[in-house]
Amino acid sequence: MYNEIILAGFGGQGVLLIGKLLTYAGMKAGLEVTWMPAYGPEMRGGTCNCTVVMSDHEVGSPIASRPHAAIVLNLQSIDKFEPTVRPGGILVMNTSLINRPAVRSDITVVPVPCNQIAQDAGTTKAANMVALGAYIGASRLVDLALVKNMVAETFAGRQQLVNLNHVCLDKGFEIGQAVAASAEAAART
Amino acid sequence: MKGCEAIGEAAIHAGCRLFFGYPITPQNEIPEYMSGRLPQVGGVFVQAESEVAASNMLYGAAGAGCRCFTSSSSPGISLMMEAVSYMAGAELPVVIVNIMRGGPGLGGILPSQSDYFQATKGGGHGDYRLLVLAPSTVQEAADLVIEAFDLADRYRNPVMVLGDGIIGQMMEPVEFKRTVEPSELPLKSWATTGCAGRQRNIINSLYLKPEELEEHNWHLAAKYREMAREVRHAIYETNGDMDVLVVAYGTVARIARTAIDSLKEKGIKAGLFRPVTLFPYPTEALNETASRARHVLVTELSTGQMVEDVRAALGKRPVEFYGRVGGMVMTAEELAAQIEKLAHAAAV
Repeated sequence: MYNEIILAGFGGQGVLLIGKLLTYAGMKAGLEVTWMPAYGPEMRGGTCNCTVVMSDHEVGSPIASRPHAAIVLNLQSIDKFEPTVRPGGILVMNTSLINRPAVRSDITVVPVPCNQIAQDAGTTKAANMVALGAYIGASRLVDLALVKNMVAETFAGRQQLVNLNHVCLDKGFEIGQAVAASAEAAART
Repeated sequence: MKGCEAIGEAAIHAGCRLFFGYPITPQNEIPEYMSGRLPQVGGVFVQAESEVAASNMLYGAAGAGCRCFTSSSSPGISLMMEAVSYMAGAELPVVIVNIMRGGPGLGGILPSQSDYFQATKGGGHGDYRLLVLAPSTVQEAADLVIEAFDLADRYRNPVMVLGDGIIGQMMEPVEFKRTVEPSELPLKSWATTGCAGRQRNIINSLYLKPEELEEHNWHLAAKYREMAREVRHAIYETNGDMDVLVVAYGTVARIARTAIDSLKEKGIKAGLFRPVTLFPYPTEALNETASRARHVLVTELSTGQMVEDVRAALGKRPVEFYGRVGGMVMTAEELAAQIEKLAHAAAV
């Protein structure tokens, strides 16, 4: 098992954080993991991204040009990373900020109104958590419980924040799970 | 942990309680980490007024017999080179971490491997060498930093740990396998620790009499030959005969691994030779491994530095080179395409 995931958005959306949460969860699950932030020209253009690699054997390259999945939180990110996802991969897209449909038909697209869901739960700042939940629901790469534990650890002492983030993870998870299930069903017919 | 943080924590585990440094991207996290951590363990953190000052502080602390280290990146390392030469001349054990970035000059902040010449052939003046270690994972960086302190003490010489912006910024799981308390470290009989009751010790690199300086230089040269026993390398998929042997170090070697794996299903047999010590260079082992490959491809984030050592090691046979520079990093796919092209070429 070798999984490369790119998480991308604009600086401030908490893209690096959800990448780290995913990575820590993988580590707790006993996988070999790597988290690599991308700095450089893209940042001035407003994109911020990280690459997470999770594997059952030693991780090779920490950078991925053809990831198995991409989680994109804004328009620039989907423009940049949608073309790079491997056929059969997963694309989680934040429809609150992306005003076009995905172009690829050979990947599992998970459209999620992240900002809206997060706003309803309490704050748009947690939109990233909705996206993360959706990815986990669609991929089942790690146990959602592991991620929730990491959130509790990260926001220890601020129970309201922990709860809010958990709610967002759950709502995203439901969506991701449903999309994956219907994609599987469609594939079987 | 981030590579930078792991390097800092490793130094603490090696019993180091002194850091003198200066900020520069992409290694800022090292001084940042040390500034918080050292006071917790009764150590001292100094952000010097420049890398020139920091490296000379290192000279002083090492001369007083303490484990100490610094970190910087490319242009900052250049500023330290005079002091490094002095430290080598005065036979002082220090650990210097270089998290390489694009150059030359102010260059860029993204990763590169363009300081290989500086590290292995001498960035400072005079007949000296550094023992140079090149990690390729965060775990290895932590392990090698701890070892670097032992090696520096053993040979009374500066040791450089050569990383790049990728390993500095990357986060990976890390375990600290050894811990040494400063009190457990053996005393250095040559250091300036206060000379009551003994002859005074002198830390010096000035020898005005040419006969003495010559003797001193031959002594250093003999020491560097002794360092050869520390040579180290790693291999991947190099059993039997190979179509292509890729030679790479640091994080580029990891990218090569992914490239090599991706070519297995195409029936291309490629192997990886990864030097871990860049000085002393694993020439013998490289020769043996390369003898079983039809082609040799050196890949670096430079316009070609380590490749010169590979060519010197392998003599007449052709050695191909593929590099990216300026902070651009080759992808595994890109590298695989180069390996595949070479694999299909006739052996020369």
